[in-house]
Amino acid sequence: MPRSLIPPEFLVARDEGRCLKCKACVRQCGFGVHTDDQGRGISIDERRCVNCQRCVVMCPVGALKVTANPSVGRENAYWPASRLREIWRQAENGGSILTGMGCDRNYPVYFDHLLLNASQVTNPSIDPLREPMEIRTFLGRKPEKVSIAGPPGAERLADPLPPVVQLEIPVMFAAMSFGSISKNVVLALAQAAKRLGIMFNTGEGGMSSVLAPYREHMIVQVASGRFGVDNAYLEAGRIIEIKIGQGAKPGIGGHLPGEKVNEEIARTRGIPAGADAISPAPHHDIYSIEDLSQLIYTLKEATDYRKPIAVKIAAVHNVAAIASGIVRAGADIVVLDGLRGGTGAAPKLIRDHIGLPVELATAVVDRRLREEGIREQVSLVASGGIRSSADLLKLICLGADAVYLGTAALLALGCHLCQKCYTGKCSWGIATQDPSLTRRVDPQWGATRLVNMLTAWGHEIKEFMGAMGINALESFRGNRLQLRAVGLPQNELDQLGVKQAGEAM
Amino acid sequence: MKVVEAKGLPYRELNREVRRLLTAGEERLLLRGINGQRYIGAGLTGAARLEIEGTAGNNLGAMMDGLTVYVDGNVQDGAGNTMSGGEIIVRGSAGDITGYAMRGGKIFIQGNAGWRVGIHMKSREQSPAVLVIGGKAGDFLGEYMAGGTIVVLGLNTPLHQEREAANPLAGNYLASGMHGGAIYIRGRIPAWQIGGQVRSALTTPDKNAELKAWIAQFATGLNLDCSAFQRETFTCLTPEGNRPYARLYDHSA
Ligand code: SF4
Ligand code: SF4
Repeated sequence: MPRSLIPPEFLVARDEGRCLKCKACVRQCGFGVHTDDQGRGISIDERRCVNCQRCVVMCPVGALKVTANPSVGRENAYWPASRLREIWRQAENGGSILTGMGCDRNYPVYFDHLLLNASQVTNPSIDPLREPMEIRTFLGRKPEKVSIAGPPGAERLADPLPPVVQLEIPVMFAAMSFGSISKNVVLALAQAAKRLGIMFNTGEGGMSSVLAPYREHMIVQVASGRFGVDNAYLEAGRIIEIKIGQGAKPGIGGHLPGEKVNEEIARTRGIPAGADAISPAPHHDIYSIEDLSQLIYTLKEATDYRKPIAVKIAAVHNVAAIASGIVRAGADIVVLDGLRGGTGAAPKLIRDHIGLPVELATAVVDRRLREEGIREQVSLVASGGIRSSADLLKLICLGADAVYLGTAALLALGCHLCQKCYTGKCSWGIATQDPSLTRRVDPQWGATRLVNMLTAWGHEIKEFMGAMGINALESFRGNRLQLRAVGLPQNELDQLGVKQAGEAM
Repeated sequence: MKVVEAKGLPYRELNREVRRLLTAGEERLLLRGINGQRYIGAGLTGAARLEIEGTAGNNLGAMMDGLTVYVDGNVQDGAGNTMSGGEIIVRGSAGDITGYAMRGGKIFIQGNAGWRVGIHMKSREQSPAVLVIGGKAGDFLGEYMAGGTIVVLGLNTPLHQEREAANPLAGNYLASGMHGGAIYIRGRIPAWQIGGQVRSALTTPDKNAELKAWIAQFATGLNLDCSAFQRETFTCLTPEGNRPYARLYDHSA
């Protein structure tokens, strides 16, 4: 193979004075940076380093340091190092560059321009430790009206209520398939969802049998590849989610590289082991809103109208009109996945250059559905890059009922955001199927970390609400008066439906 | 056999009634006067037999696992969409996306099938997915196919003799992105009609036990005589590899 012209992205330094030669780093690195040179010490191949920090954290004496290589040469503001590197890579092997996790580019982050309100004097704030705060939420279709039947004294609802699903906190774990992440990680998410009274999502890879005890907290996904979709799968989910698109790769299909398709995953998906698991770009039975409606009703018929049907789309420029169509097609829950949404594998340029920030998408969809008088019929779930309880509350003020967490959940399990999920070599044992790596995440240990994180978020949400003098999450939904913006031009304020900071109620 | 008079019945009521009768233990139902009702048999399981008189609407037997559905008539789009098991036997023709992403069970169509048929078919071990079309099929047949078997017989279509002429039993973009399973089409197929990365070989039912068995089952299911096909030439399409996109992407860290 001709010599690569690409300088290493990271520098790895070992303090030989401290190093015990214990070889922990040799075993810990999923990418083969450290090798035992049989008696001649431990050598380092910096070209392989992805800066996942696993060796740094695991070294018993803190002898390792990984830093970004400060320069690849004469990069400049117009030609950043990342772009130079990508061109060199493409010149060397002719492939579209893959990446993992969400868009990391320097686009405006609306969350960071929005500030929440609080009460002072005129309406008192509430002490969440003293008074009950309602952060429970229900997802599903809400009937426009209810009719009462039966004789006086024995009245009952004339029609059954549509199915809804209860969330103890307005958070769910986003779709991450067994295949893109390990079974242990899926189990950690499932156990945490059960303990927290929320939902997790199987993703599009079908359902591993180990998830059976968690079905009450499970959303099953139907994507264009229809992997693992059978009667038992549909029955097992509390919610069925049709995946049209994903924020990290709007408009293109899913693609689980053959490296990650082992025997068990192949069986769950119904494809040969080692084959690429390909989800076509569109569902080939959905070329229109009317077709979408038919898949929604096929799923409702197949499960006897017992489950809410969600439709997940990537937030794109025409998102408001599309979401309106989805509601009219019969969906009970609409999921908007924004620009920053993560992925196990996506072409880098697609990830970084297509889509809409979830803050804007949520605001414009909520406004459009209200204008059309159909907002109350459905639940709106926002997804894609939610980093904190503050981001979450801002989205609820912009119109969401609940949010999905993907990246934040993996971070809680040890992910260090190296973006190499597509390689199947994740040193943190998350985005891999290699048994020597997957055992690094014990499901119970992981579940506890997720429960800890979301318990903290739950407290924070209640504190925010108390500060604003509001004791029910319901009163927040679409309540843009609780938001003010700093540093945004008028047209962006208009799209968000938020006033400039300093303007009074 | 229990008869359901379906004329003018909205699909939701019809399907609720079918579900009720099957749950009550009926083993054979005749649905009479069907005229475009959708989702018949969708998601149902069990061993019952549904007979349908008329034209079944979209997504007949979608996501079904079990059941034998016999249609004395045509079916619209999406018959057997994502089905896992059971049989759909159609005396007439079928519309687009027949057998989309089916992963098990059998579909036998005596007449023609539309476009996008058998896209992303798969196969599960216990019940391989099989789709036999007596007539011909439109464009995109077997696109992204990941498993299972498609057979196109062309019962009433004479075949050309010239080498480069299109095989009229299938349209364009045949088997593009195929990465599993097998497609058998009667006659020869010029290379230009087939998607890339697909291997093409000639065979006959006499020499190919799998093909012979599926034709025999098709003939039995529809009560036809297909013995004349035993020595006919079929083109067998199989994927060259199971990673059609491997070279499109740079997987290095
Ligand atoms: S883990 Fe630390 S102490 Fe052990 S060999 Fe590596 S650098 Fe040395
Ligand atoms: S999941 Fe693993 S591979 Fe992906 S970004 Fe996190 S640490 Fe890296």
